[in-house]
Amino acid sequence: MGNKQTIFTAQQLDAYQDCTFFTRKEIIRLFHRYRDLAPQLIPLDYTSGPDVKVPYELIGSMPELKENPFRQRIAEVFSEDGEGNMTLDDFLDMFSVLSEMAPKDLKAYYAFKIYDFNNDDYICKSDLEKTLSQLTRSELSEDESRLVCEKVIDEADLDNDGRLSLDDFQHMIGRAPDFLSTFHIRI
Amino acid sequence: MGKPYGSMPRKKVPRGEEGSAMDFAILWDFGGYAQYSVLFYGYYNSQRAIGWLKFRMPLSYFLVGVGTVAYSYMVVIRTMARNANEEGGGDDTSFNFSWKIFTSWDYLIGNPETADNKFASITTSFKESIVEEQESHKDENIHLTRFLRVLANFLVLCCLAGSGYLIYFVVRRSQKFALEGLESYGWWERNEVNMVMSLLGMFCPMLFDVISALENYHPRIALQWQLGRIFALFLGNLYTFIIALMDEINLKREEEEVVKFNMTIWEASLYNGTLAANVTAAPITVDPADVPRGPCWETMVGQEFVRLIVSDTMTTYITLLIGDFLRAIFVRFLNYCWCWDLEYGFPSYSEFDVSGNVLGLIFNQGMIWMGAFYAPCLPALNVLRLHVSMYLQCWAVMSCNVPQERVFKASGSNNFYMAMLLVILFLSTLPAIYTIVSIPPSFDCGPFSGKNRMFDVIQETLQSDFPTWFGKVFSYASNPGLILPFILLMV
Repeated sequence: MGNKQTIFTAQQLDAYQDCTFFTRKEIIRLFHRYRDLAPQLIPLDYTSGPDVKVPYELIGSMPELKENPFRQRIAEVFSEDGEGNMTLDDFLDMFSVLSEMAPKDLKAYYAFKIYDFNNDDYICKSDLEKTLSQLTRSELSEDESRLVCEKVIDEADLDNDGRLSLDDFQHMIGRAPDFLSTFHIRI
Repeated sequence: MGKPYGSMPRKKVPRGEEGSAMDFAILWDFGGYAQYSVLFYGYYNSQRAIGWLKFRMPLSYFLVGVGTVAYSYMVVIRTMARNANEEGGGDDTSFNFSWKIFTSWDYLIGNPETADNKFASITTSFKESIVEEQESHKDENIHLTRFLRVLANFLVLCCLAGSGYLIYFVVRRSQKFALEGLESYGWWERNEVNMVMSLLGMFCPMLFDVISALENYHPRIALQWQLGRIFALFLGNLYTFIIALMDEINLKREEEEVVKFNMTIWEASLYNGTLAANVTAAPITVDPADVPRGPCWETMVGQEFVRLIVSDTMTTYITLLIGDFLRAIFVRFLNYCWCWDLEYGFPSYSEFDVSGNVLGLIFNQGMIWMGAFYAPCLPALNVLRLHVSMYLQCWAVMSCNVPQERVFKASGSNNFYMAMLLVILFLSTLPAIYTIVSIPPSFDCGPFSGKNRMFDVIQETLQSDFPTWFGKVFSYASNPGLILPFILLMV
């Protein structure tokens, strides 16, 4: 096949390579993965930059995301409209941040946004409770859940405002031994 | 292949025992045909090389025995080293809960079953951390706790001393019975030692469990204490057993001297005075079953170990059936017509006993290591037993057990179990090695018959099978002056 591909213009491909951590081949491959989600919706020719979105239901049923308890939040964070319906740019962005080539700070930033359920730029107690209930499929009792959330705030809240800011979160996650290996999706 | 059954005196059931050799009772006790089979040491011939391939059988017997022990050491130590690497990393506990909440889910999971397992393990991990957190907040009355712990240890020591004395007493009694001839006693007297050891092994751990309620430790620490105590109990039992065995070995060796003397008389009687002195005649063919036998102490040792393992297995299965299964049936069906709720109060279903099962496995392995040199097919028998045990216990756990009330990760103590296994390996190979090095083998049975010590087979191989220069090199290399600096270097 060589260098001849008719999906993107040369500038588009260069732009994608600059914005994400993927190579040209990977971008083409990811485009085909994206298109396979909704072949009738996505044209094969992206040179004109069409404005199409794949609805959240199809994104959430991808094998890489299907078992993840936070898939809805991930899609919401990376989608333009905040509802989970993703354009190709959003799609590439999402998998680029979650790939192993992305640096820790970038991942921490997006992880913070994912776990911030009410989008108020702080992880407060209700966000923690929602995270915990999705993580354990609501197996913990109310008392146990409350204890855990209080402990988390105790441990990580450095400016003592009762909620985690981005700085608190990054400070805490920077020391975590498993963060990079678990916050990783391979596609 | 070696000579078949019946071709040599050591390979055939003696004439006197032939009548009863097929009886189930005798076979269950590993006498009769079972005794004169590849199962035990005494069957093997001492011919230096067998068949057209010149297979060195005695040498291979010796090296396999030593080699399996060496290999076991390597495997256990390597596993411990690997476990130590993995456990050593997580010492920082300042963000315990935060890390648990934000980094425990693995985003790479795509398989629904894996996801289910992961959810379950995350939940368990949270519950364990919550329990630990709550424990650390409790106010403790240190003096009372310390006093109770000292009291508990004192009670445990009394139990151990009591069980040690009981076994000593029973062993002395069985020696008395043996002197008077076993035929005049019933089944209980004959199997007294094995039964007492098995019963002690069944009831003492329960006693320790009750005593440990005084101590109020974290479940993981309590488990380690429990394991340590049961370990001491079994070790005491096993070593008393071995001391008893040593006494019997000495008895058999005295008997052997008598038999050797009688053999010369018997051989002379075969020729029946048809010879003058100092004339060698052609050997008269005698049926191997009629040749008088020496008491083969190695086979006796092998038999004792096989019997011990069989009685241990039986005890385990019976405990399982009665303690778990019957109890579960009792609780389930009699609950309708009983005054109090059987399922929540006493007795309720039995909990899955991590410590007991692990120790059972470890001690089973220890007994195999001890007996494998004298009963070569023992590991094969044990593999069979382990298969059966696995299925039986799997069924028992699924149908009659409930999980332990306090949640904690037993797999965190991996290296503790491995360390126990290592200690058992060392302690169980000690008796076998002692007997190899210090007791001369029987004169008429086994692959080392006729030699002065069992390890002479190596000497013999070096002299006759290797070229002469090799022997010289080896004798220089085994000079203490060379070995000592080498050992110091390794240390």
